[in-house]
Amino acid sequence: MFERLVTEAPLFFNYHNMVFIGQAMARTLGMTLIGCGVGFVFGMLIAVVRQTTSSLLWPVRLVVISYVEFFRRIPFLVILFIVLFVIEPLMPGTSLFGIATVSVCLLSTAFLSEIIRSGLESVPRAQVETAQILNFNVLQTLMMVVLPQSWRVILPPAAAFIVMFIKDTSLASQLGVIELTFAGKMLINRGFSPILGFGAILVCYFALSYPLSRFAAYLERRLAPS
Amino acid sequence: MHHLEIRNISSSYGKLEVLRDVTLSADKGEVVSLIGPSGSGKSTLLRVLIGLTPPTGGNVYIGGNKVDYNSRKSLKDLRGHMAIVFQQYNLFQNMNVLRNVTIAPVKIKKKPREEAEVRARGLLQKVGMEEKADAYPDELSGGQQQRVAIARALATSPEILLLDEVTSALDPERVKEVLDTIRSLTHEGITLIIVSHEMAFVREVSTRVAMMDQGKIVEVGPPEQIFRSPVESRTRDFVSKILSH
Repeated sequence: MFERLVTEAPLFFNYHNMVFIGQAMARTLGMTLIGCGVGFVFGMLIAVVRQTTSSLLWPVRLVVISYVEFFRRIPFLVILFIVLFVIEPLMPGTSLFGIATVSVCLLSTAFLSEIIRSGLESVPRAQVETAQILNFNVLQTLMMVVLPQSWRVILPPAAAFIVMFIKDTSLASQLGVIELTFAGKMLINRGFSPILGFGAILVCYFALSYPLSRFAAYLERRLAPS
Repeated sequence: MHHLEIRNISSSYGKLEVLRDVTLSADKGEVVSLIGPSGSGKSTLLRVLIGLTPPTGGNVYIGGNKVDYNSRKSLKDLRGHMAIVFQQYNLFQNMNVLRNVTIAPVKIKKKPREEAEVRARGLLQKVGMEEKADAYPDELSGGQQQRVAIARALATSPEILLLDEVTSALDPERVKEVLDTIRSLTHEGITLIIVSHEMAFVREVSTRVAMMDQGKIVEVGPPEQIFRSPVESRTRDFVSKILSH
């Protein structure tokens, strides 16, 4: 087996294959970052809406709570197919990458909203009341008092979630998106040894997630109370 | 009409009536203290006054104007005249001392930052905290945080200041520094409504004392009356228990 690796290696590590793996890596990273970035923004909106108490907003709260509870309970693979079968007839020609990214958005919005919500709720109620009696409006209270105090509760689990999602995007290979896992499969189908093919993919997944974990750890230290 | 008029205020948490028909008034610059056992509604009355707990009945007038606790505009107006200091200080943990004191004047009242900082430093000096202007709340002792909280409340130039058991969470040694700070406010024309268990202090600084029990005001009078010759037997019970300690 070792001999096979030695003879195959120069063939495997050629320019064409490296570009191919590089593009697949970019798709994996792209789906994750775009998906989780959008998910973070909408997750924040949902978390804020859920903090409101106004009776006028209860229908909105009902909608967002149903959304979160629903999407947190379906497997990512199923979401991928639902999105595929909904978008395909409505907007034919949408790329598989686009469909997968939308799926990531849908799921990450639900999960990140819960992470952000628990962060917002970690700030003592008295801090919010104090802001109220100093005549802060809702947005000022959020931006100046609540968010600055909740980042260090939000960021570690949010980063862990995003790192986890780098790995979960491998499910998009089932749709035919040429991301890392699918690329590995294709290389093996071209006759390369699985150890080389998936070994390279494994290194790529590590190279994507490790720096992100370190970055999160760094942020966590920086945001810790003085 | 008095500067602050509380008329027949009631409030309940669910079915539990916490305030029943509370009527009380204070003239400008007066120091009115609320005493009474735990759970008698003293702190709730302050929370109702500042609009954190909705009243279920009654009215509050400030300078002759009725406060509408359901209207955001009226609440905003009210909080321009009235400030509160809590038992747990509630300084913003993400801001240093100076910013805690300047944030409302700068961001809410749109005062120029420099002007607000000069004034904030003046107030911090007054409460003896000018040297800690750059410190964060978690670097300060409880007494120091409480004095900063008083400076923050004063920075909004309130006519009425509510003090909710401001020394209850402090070490005995720190109580004095906070009480000294409050004492220095009693001659500045600010109306003070004080909830406190520091009976000696209440007796010394108050112009009037209100005894509360089970959500009602039992007796109101000058400190000498309340502490020396209370009319109501409930007051007599409470005072004799407290003073015999």
